Amino acid sequence: MNKPSLTVSSSPHLHAKADTASIMWNVSIALAPATLWGVYAFGLRALLVLGVSIISALLCEYLLGKLHNESTLWDGSAFLTGLLVGLNMSPSVPLFIPFLASVFAIFIAKWVFGGLGANWANPALSGRVFVFFSFTTPMSSFVAPRTLAAAMPDALASATPLSFAKTAIAGGASGMNSSALLSASGYPATGFAQTIANATGFSAYNVDAFLGNVAGCIGEVSVLALLIGGIYMLATKIITWHIPVTYLLTVGVLSWIFGGIPAGLGIFAGSFFPSMFTGGLVLGALFMATDYVTSPITHKGQLIYALGCGFFTFLFRYFGSMPEAVSVSILLMNIITPTIDRYVIPRKFGDTKELRKKQKQEAKA
Amino acid sequence: MSKMKELSKGLFKDNPIFVLMLGLCPVLGVSTQVSNAIGMSAGVMFVLLFSNMIISALRKFIPASIHIPAYIVVIASLVSFIQMVMHAFVPAVYASLGVYLPLIVVNCIILGRAEAFASKNTVVDSILDAIGMSVGFALGLTLLATIRELFGSGTITLFPMGSFSGVINIPWFYDNPIRVFSLAPGALLIMGLLKAFFDWNSSRKKDR
Repeated sequence: MNKPSLTVSSSPHLHAKADTASIMWNVSIALAPATLWGVYAFGLRALLVLGVSIISALLCEYLLGKLHNESTLWDGSAFLTGLLVGLNMSPSVPLFIPFLASVFAIFIAKWVFGGLGANWANPALSGRVFVFFSFTTPMSSFVAPRTLAAAMPDALASATPLSFAKTAIAGGASGMNSSALLSASGYPATGFAQTIANATGFSAYNVDAFLGNVAGCIGEVSVLALLIGGIYMLATKIITWHIPVTYLLTVGVLSWIFGGIPAGLGIFAGSFFPSMFTGGLVLGALFMATDYVTSPITHKGQLIYALGCGFFTFLFRYFGSMPEAVSVSILLMNIITPTIDRYVIPRKFGDTKELRKKQKQEAKA
Repeated sequence: MSKMKELSKGLFKDNPIFVLMLGLCPVLGVSTQVSNAIGMSAGVMFVLLFSNMIISALRKFIPASIHIPAYIVVIASLVSFIQMVMHAFVPAVYASLGVYLPLIVVNCIILGRAEAFASKNTVVDSILDAIGMSVGFALGLTLLATIRELFGSGTITLFPMGSFSGVINIPWFYDNPIRVFSLAPGALLIMGLLKAFFDWNSSRKKDR
């Protein structure tokens, strides 16, 4: 990514200090709250998983860069990929899994296609999906976070609230939303969440899911920490609101309208906020779907892309058989991104409908 | 020299799988086990050898306007023959190849070689071409199947012989199989990587 210092191009000239490295490191900073919470909640084991994934990503990037006589180690992209791979792992996975995921992400998803900027799919997500479909059992067994570990019955400890509700519904439970299902089976909630729940009327499980007191992947559990990072990225103009907000709202609205159907509640009975704050959705919407390389360039294109992500996430989550809604739908829309960019062309400066009509008539005459 | 070339071109320069990219459907379909790959290769080898031989011998006799149906009749008879032989002598391989065995009839390698080579060349050249192409096909398919089975299930399945059960377990991978490789995406992934590797290799040779 070395550019000559003197670039000759046509106007308009915009100048910004941002370059690949500063953006990548800033995104990594934005992930810090979620990372810290993950390490706090799941202990040193989580740190070990993160370490393995980051180090193997950097090592892979270094070796491949050496092959190409290109030093991309310190532009932060490999670090960010490794970090995201680690945050997408369950804290209890065997350590070869984050290693394989990072190597797949850097080597197959990025370098085989020509390095950063030429990859068609988000490397971290590809790595996650690769190991998920290879090692489904270790990838979907979780541990309870520190805050809940004492109260958590062993039988419940390895399921996320989302997968738990899905299993219950598949097992024939109907007429209850996910909070009711969780409470009927004795899924614990923290005392703090209970206090807030009593004061505000929200379900204690939803408060816990928002704060991060649930079982799940290291980086996805705390919506609060992720949102802090998201606000940081919005404030530093690394991302715009278009993709994350549209994505989250699409999932929320669709889940509210149709999400109650599999549970036998009928339409307009699904949950709006909980559906947005469970699973890997916030992590995906803020940090994965917004990847520059694999999302559309124009704002209009980004809206279409985010709507697609949301629609497929909703579809896979409520009517699919695999617990991989967010990753798979973002990858799917990554594939469609070049097509979106080809058909959504921004209006040229000075171009209006009347002008075009006039030009057409002139062309006829 | 040119005879040698007809023989060797199928191995690397015009490898049917990685360069001509012909007959990929059975390649992706049966490459989950090494034994299937070997069975499939044997079938293709037999059919390709005899179809090339018969078609090149009849090349002045077959009218141009119905040459494709004529080729198909020759190939289909050979496939029916190999199918019955396999059913009788290696029922396990026959069962796991399933629909891909009769599909050799429409395999692009066989029809492609008949159309592109056997219909224009002498019997000897056609036989050499068939041997080269089918060995190239067998090597490519076996390579793909070995990689997929090794990583995807942690085993290498050959044919049972005496006290040997035919299945070799690979220590670490047997306990932690990378399942994706034995599923459909793995086939495309490995195929693409091998194709990229061979392209890179040949372009590197050209540069020199």
